[in-house]
Amino acid sequence: MDWQLPHTNLRALSVWRRNILVWRKLMGPSLLINFGEPLLYLLGLGYGLGLFIGEMSDMPYLTFLASGILASSAMNTASFEGMFSVYTRMVPQRTYEAMLATPLSVDDIIAGEMLWCATKCLISGTAILAVAAALGAVHGSQALFVLPILFLVGLCFAGPAIIMSAFSRGYEFFNYYLTLFITPMFILSGVFYPISALPAGVQAVVQLLPLTHAVQLVRPLVSGQALTDVGLHVAVIVGYALVAYYFAVVLVRKRLVV
Amino acid sequence: MTETVVEAQGLTKRYGDTTVVRGIDLSVPQGQCFGLLGPNGAGKTTTLRMILGVTPRDGGALQIFGVDDPKQAHRIRARIGVVPQLDNLDPDFSVIENLSVYASFFGLHGTKIKKRIQQLLEFTELSDRAHTKIDDLSGGLKRRLTIARALINDPELIILDEPTTGLDPQARHMIWARLRQIRQSGKTLLLTTHYMEEAERLCDDIVIMDNGHIIAQGSPAVLVQQHIETQVIEVRGMTESITINLDTFPPCRRQQVGDTLYCYVDDVRPLLAHLESLDNITTLQRPANLEDVFLKLTGHELRD
Repeated sequence: MDWQLPHTNLRALSVWRRNILVWRKLMGPSLLINFGEPLLYLLGLGYGLGLFIGEMSDMPYLTFLASGILASSAMNTASFEGMFSVYTRMVPQRTYEAMLATPLSVDDIIAGEMLWCATKCLISGTAILAVAAALGAVHGSQALFVLPILFLVGLCFAGPAIIMSAFSRGYEFFNYYLTLFITPMFILSGVFYPISALPAGVQAVVQLLPLTHAVQLVRPLVSGQALTDVGLHVAVIVGYALVAYYFAVVLVRKRLVV
Repeated sequence: MTETVVEAQGLTKRYGDTTVVRGIDLSVPQGQCFGLLGPNGAGKTTTLRMILGVTPRDGGALQIFGVDDPKQAHRIRARIGVVPQLDNLDPDFSVIENLSVYASFFGLHGTKIKKRIQQLLEFTELSDRAHTKIDDLSGGLKRRLTIARALINDPELIILDEPTTGLDPQARHMIWARLRQIRQSGKTLLLTTHYMEEAERLCDDIVIMDNGHIIAQGSPAVLVQQHIETQVIEVRGMTESITINLDTFPPCRRQQVGDTLYCYVDDVRPLLAHLESLDNITTLQRPANLEDVFLKLTGHELRD
């Protein structure tokens, strides 16, 4: 196995650009989903549940939920792109094989893919933020800082998803990761209710999950409350991204460079 | 002065306990078409992948353009074009987009590359298909596009892994003509093929590999001259009831495959005279070719 530290440069951007060009072709349906899904969540859950709940953590439930959805949808977007799309390009479509016949290396390809996953999160995050703002859930222009945060969240979740792709023998395999990691995070990381509602032991575990930290950055920015522990939250997210990038590169090398 | 484009000594690759390339020596001079022949599993594709730097080697020296340094693999690949065994064109893009996106992987952008793409589309007769989606192309058109793509970086060396497998004769002849043109323009071609006719038509020099070894090397004509009798007589029509008494058969090297007896001889007259006396037997006389050499050296057993 080649455990060498990844080494990439601007070449990675050509992989990112390839994905942008493909996305542009299917932009219509893609944007429709980007706007439609959060609208459904925020109208259905935010207004519906919000009617019974009223306020949560000193903010309207719609705002609470919108900030949680912003963070969790970045997780979902990056995870799906890093699994289903990356796997498609890596295995059945053999796009990486073609790329590896050029000056691109696995290190460049994975860097480009992670940047693209993050970019996709930025695009869908912008759509959700716009919907949330239109519904009156966003309090103040500081909420725009959510966008770079979502980019980082995208990087953070792209890596583990690409690791799954590197192991995968088929699309079914991704259900394990989705069921065992993504869904529990979605439910436990403070998207729908504050984690303080969880038992102390569970809270300790939840604090290790990247989505928890993403929510804790996004929520104050959307609601206009005071941000705390910014350094810690960003460090956890970036830390996950860097470690996952390293292992993604090593494992994809193991699969393709043999 | 002719430069050596690929120079390998003792090149070795192992997968676990299996050694797939067993210390081969190769020397591909600039401007040649060099053929790598061998049955499935002989180690041809692995050798090509090592040259390309996408398969790490386990032993030996390997100089590409005079450089032996796996860390420089990306620089070396910038000077190589690749036509892979299986098409890996990008199905998300049209013909022309495949070329421009692939160019971008080499860091090539702008008007210069646009002009080159037009030239390559003309060269491979794909100009009227420029905006066709990949899924709508036939096998032959896909291969032509793959060849155009392999030329996008104006490579000095072009590696082709079974470039015409699965194509109809028209498409195959068209590709042969283009490959000869590419070679005439001074580029070096390194190809693998299962078609001996292809190797005979295209290659200046050939190595035959089997089980990770090189078992023969030379020009197609020299290989036929050195390794096999000049003529082949194929004897067909033998069944359980119709048999040939081989004891009375004139001396010649023989090989039976199914219902056909291949007889390799330099002087055909005694054998033909003998065969005329036999009923219910059809014979075919032809000059020996590279396929006969290949089968002699690698045997008739099936490999997959």
